[in-house]
Amino acid sequence: MRKFTQVTGIVAPMDRANVDTDMIIPKQFLKSIKRTGFGKNLFDELRYLDEGQPDQSCEGRPLNNDFMLNQARYAGSTVLLARQNFGCGSSREHAPWALEDYGFRCVIAPSFADIFYNNCFKNGILPVTLDEAVIDQLFVELFANEGYEITIDLEQQTIKAPNGEAISFEVDAFRKHCLINGLDDIGVTLEDADAIKSFEAKSRTLSPWLFDAIG
Amino acid sequence: MAGKTLYDKLWDAHMVKQREDGSALIYIDRQLLHEVTSPQAFEGLRIAGRTPWRIDANLATPDHNVPTTERSSGVEGIVDPVSRIQVKTLDDNCDEFGITEFKMLDERQGIVHVVGPEQGATLPGMTVVCGDSHTSTHGAFGALAHGIGTSEVEHVLATQCLIQKKMKNMLVKVNGQVGEGISGKDIVLAVIGKIGTAGGTGYAVEFGGQAIQDLSMDGRMTVCNMAIEAGARVGMIAVDSTTIDYVKGRTYAPKGADWDSAVQAWSDLHSDDDAVFDKIVELEAVDIKPQVTWGTSPEMVVAIDEFVPNPDDHDDVVVKEGIGRALEYMGLQADAAITSIKLDRVFIGSCTNSRIEDLRVAAKVVKGRKVADSLIQALVVPGSGLIKKQAEQEGLDVVFTEAGLEWREPGCSMCLAMNADKLGQGEHCASTSNRNFEGRQGFGGRTHLVSPAMAAAAAIAGHFVDVRDYLS
Ligand code: SF4
Repeated sequence: MRKFTQVTGIVAPMDRANVDTDMIIPKQFLKSIKRTGFGKNLFDELRYLDEGQPDQSCEGRPLNNDFMLNQARYAGSTVLLARQNFGCGSSREHAPWALEDYGFRCVIAPSFADIFYNNCFKNGILPVTLDEAVIDQLFVELFANEGYEITIDLEQQTIKAPNGEAISFEVDAFRKHCLINGLDDIGVTLEDADAIKSFEAKSRTLSPWLFDAIG
Repeated sequence: MAGKTLYDKLWDAHMVKQREDGSALIYIDRQLLHEVTSPQAFEGLRIAGRTPWRIDANLATPDHNVPTTERSSGVEGIVDPVSRIQVKTLDDNCDEFGITEFKMLDERQGIVHVVGPEQGATLPGMTVVCGDSHTSTHGAFGALAHGIGTSEVEHVLATQCLIQKKMKNMLVKVNGQVGEGISGKDIVLAVIGKIGTAGGTGYAVEFGGQAIQDLSMDGRMTVCNMAIEAGARVGMIAVDSTTIDYVKGRTYAPKGADWDSAVQAWSDLHSDDDAVFDKIVELEAVDIKPQVTWGTSPEMVVAIDEFVPNPDDHDDVVVKEGIGRALEYMGLQADAAITSIKLDRVFIGSCTNSRIEDLRVAAKVVKGRKVADSLIQALVVPGSGLIKKQAEQEGLDVVFTEAGLEWREPGCSMCLAMNADKLGQGEHCASTSNRNFEGRQGFGGRTHLVSPAMAAAAAIAGHFVDVRDYLS
């Protein structure tokens, strides 16, 4: 997994509540058996005017010029500013894969759906939860200033806005540790293999039916 | 000390290790796999040179991509090449790792959340996961069940554990008895309408109260299935005799002396009387009428005798804009009667409502009637091959086809339109599935979520009607 220590980048606005994972990456692209290549179809139904197909080149597809990712001022953005309940709906990890593949490293919102929030950390994306009022203010500043850039420092747990203000945020210690070091958490869990085995032995005695083989 | 909630009990019973940072390693008893969210997990295992921890804890079946029309040529017969590769990849991975899979031509194949309980692979007291958010369905058995992402699928394959943080406890209590014609679907839509799509975020939700206890296991699964649409990864219902009667005798259910010890252990799978919940929401069952969603989020729901909301009635800008945007997408006028919404298609199926009871009630409504001429299509898609067989033994397929509905092979079908079954642009569909997001059932398609009885009645009328008028 890609490490996340500090990211400085242009902020793009996703100014609507309840953005679901179908919207982030529509289902027809879930047919891929790979983890990569989803970026070109990120927000496909909002970004293009036609219906996208898997394995189709996106060059030459009619663009929805009203959609923010198609506007020059947000080109190359790496931070997404969003509204409440971002990432709700389907558990598809293709959603963070698409965001990551497009180039986003951080999503900032007043709240996230649980599964999506969790999936972000597994893919080198930092989801940051901030108060609604702070988010409102960021949207105002972002719309007012072209090339609006912020710096996210995970070590310090702060976001630095262009006006010099530092906003601090919360993040779970274990997830922070994995993200900063780019750790694969399967490896971390396997260090506890003995604990897993002894749990299993105990549970097998107590509730043997839980261990009946599917076959 | 206060008593424990059902969630507390399940959590404690599966705790392998509490970590210093507040997270915990939780043991997973059962993993269900399907073709969409597993290929990258198997690939990850191979790349890292890891082997599955406990192969026989997994059960797989393809569901999202399978065609629901004639399928005798099996995987090779899937027309869409991308879908075909995905289903084949699941077959190959299961063969390679030795995981039991109900393949496309197996009569036990079906939607993963229908198949698990049907086989007794989902048992009370288990932790159950699947790379699919509707895994909350299995909580109907007094199990701790939730959806996970693909990295976590890989994590469970490799370690039989998940790294979790404990959620908060919420009780949703539905007091009293529902009226005739009101199903688990109406109950859960009413709950979502009340608490909103993010109302359950961060909570494990237990459903209780008489109206929930009165439900069959099919109805309970419908309710828990949609916990995720209220933001809760976990929905649960306490174990009682209804649960135990359902589980008894199923293929993977315990047998003999094990059965007796299991039933004994399961009798504790309920919240203690003095358990403390972080939040309690109560609804009165008598108030619940047949529900219909009008918008693009499951919380955008009203009763059949109500009207499409008007953005001008709301002051909150985000709410106002949300309603306005949904009305535009749905092509609806503010203040229009729900009964005036005309339909183009009807879909009865999905992991929410494709079990035998759902099919029976829909058949009862359409029996001796005919689907409205204005409808392009009305589909009935059973949740598994075994349900299909059962329904055919009961003659339900004949009732459906005589009424003009199509009787299909099992799978997810038009719930998310990854196979050939989908809505055309701008079409309105009465659907028994669980999501009405933009484009969910096809590009530009307009979904209205309802119960199977309501979908059946809408198929006959060509627009929404109160099914209670059809039952009396
Ligand atoms: S029926 Fe629909 S909601 Fe259920 S698993 Fe299939 S696609 Fe998901």
